[in-house]
Amino acid sequence: MTTAPTPVPAPAAADLSGGPVAAGAATTAPTPEPAGRRLLRGKSWLATVPLLLFFLIGFGLPAVAIVTGAFTVSSDAETGAGSFTTANVTDSVQGAYWTALLSSIKLSALTALIGTAVGVPIAQAVLTSRFRMLREAVLTASGVLANFGGLPLAFAFVATLGNAGELTKMFHLTDHGWSLYSFTGLTVAYLYFLVPLMVLTITPALEGLRVQWREAAQNNRATGLQYWRHVALPILFPSLLGGFVLLFGSAFAAYATAAAMVGATVPLISRQIADALSGNVLVGQGNLALALSLDMIIVAVLVMAVYLPLQRRSARWLS
Amino acid sequence: MAQLISRLRVWRGAVLLLAGLYFLIPMAASVWFSIDDVNGISFDAYTGLLSAPGFTDSLVLTLELAVVTVVVLLLLLVPAMIAVRLGSPKLRPVLEVVCTLPLVVPPVALTAGLIGVLRWGPDYLMDTPFFQTFVFVQQPQFPLVLVIAYVLMALPLAYRALDSGLRAVDVRTLVEAARNCGASWPRAVFSVILPNLRGALLNASFLTLALVLGEFTTASILGYQPFAVWIYSVGNSQGQMSVAVSVLSLLITWVLLLLLAAAGRERRHKTATAS
Repeated sequence: MTTAPTPVPAPAAADLSGGPVAAGAATTAPTPEPAGRRLLRGKSWLATVPLLLFFLIGFGLPAVAIVTGAFTVSSDAETGAGSFTTANVTDSVQGAYWTALLSSIKLSALTALIGTAVGVPIAQAVLTSRFRMLREAVLTASGVLANFGGLPLAFAFVATLGNAGELTKMFHLTDHGWSLYSFTGLTVAYLYFLVPLMVLTITPALEGLRVQWREAAQNNRATGLQYWRHVALPILFPSLLGGFVLLFGSAFAAYATAAAMVGATVPLISRQIADALSGNVLVGQGNLALALSLDMIIVAVLVMAVYLPLQRRSARWLS
Repeated sequence: MAQLISRLRVWRGAVLLLAGLYFLIPMAASVWFSIDDVNGISFDAYTGLLSAPGFTDSLVLTLELAVVTVVVLLLLLVPAMIAVRLGSPKLRPVLEVVCTLPLVVPPVALTAGLIGVLRWGPDYLMDTPFFQTFVFVQQPQFPLVLVIAYVLMALPLAYRALDSGLRAVDVRTLVEAARNCGASWPRAVFSVILPNLRGALLNASFLTLALVLGEFTTASILGYQPFAVWIYSVGNSQGQMSVAVSVLSLLITWVLLLLLAAAGRERRHKTATAS
């Protein structure tokens, strides 16, 4: 940033710099500054050092381990341990692993789509509700469900819709072909934490929709449907896409839910990695888990890459 | 117009009813499952909880992990975020990237990477002092490696919570005002900024707490037994108890968050009427 070469009396400086700062604008002009702030300019970056160092070690080292491990022969191999190879990566996109990756992507995309479509009306209904208690209860419950992780939820679903679950017994659902451990069953269970996540994500955007826009639309004789189709949804679109991406990532990463439904027959990449890490692979293929992790990260990065450029567009409207 | 409003009400009611059914039925069914017995109703799954082997140990371990995670996370994140607002806006994109990147690395993949790093210990560093660090990080009484993983997983969550809190207050003006009144830097931060961020700090802490309480992936793969892993292992032998604990932990966390929201609201009211 700028350096202020001429020291000025403190009150004058406060007056000068107070104006633009209070208006929320970033001051890049070389306004004279009080000594305290200039001091801070020089040293403030020090406060970010612990976080960046932690990140470099805690996140950087595992990332390096994944990339290098994915392309080297694992240390338990008989020959050539530590030498470069592409075998792990090519193995990880073949056969059972490829099937698992595809089915993970399919499940995540489907649940994220349903979660987005279902979450928005719920968020809107809760937001416009007259009862503030309901609003608070739903938002906090969403926070718990979305963050608590899939394990307790999975047990709740096993108790409800599993083979010995209450609803299954009550309505004899197994006779009608229902199984919690199928693709449909997993979808229903995943939505239990994805819909709350969508409600949480989209609420700020819905709150940002101004009443005036709706009134303006109504004054021009737009129906409710037209308002949503031509005004609200285009403005919300980046937020919706962002929510979708977040849901996709969350579903894609989920492991506990599937792990707790022991009998689940759907192959998932996260479970394959966990199995490989627990030693359920052939000797010498220890690094396969790292190659699979790399696949997973690549998919997640590709999905995120769609979303980031669009985020700016929504920031322009919903600020 | 009246017709429109009533139609809106019907629509809203229908959405809320359906959503309520979807979200309440599994909870209700789980409670019923946990007390349903061949002879009628039995609360054994709840009464036997405290004496169940491993319950207190795993719960204590999880709570310790949660507290340390929250403290480490806030100590790392809050100074960095305040500094970026005050003096180093150029570092802001860096911070944003750092706090977004963990989102693209699923916990399973992060765990795989951590195991990869931990393997370097015995493989290459046996004779160096680093090896002791590796052992220390993995000690079973208090696995610091889990804290590292949890802080990383909670980074995006906490960053968002704190960022929305920081957006609501004009940090620069507040600090300048405090400094002009002769407050020292620590004083300006501790008695002016942090009290204004109370809600955001509590929110970030509680969401992190919920994350740590429910985290299963990393802990189970690395072979530790905090609460979620305990629930899982109990599920194999005592299905009712695992369901009972699941529902209880969800409800308790929810009530805590609800109380937190209520406390925050009351405080806002007080300050609003006072000013």
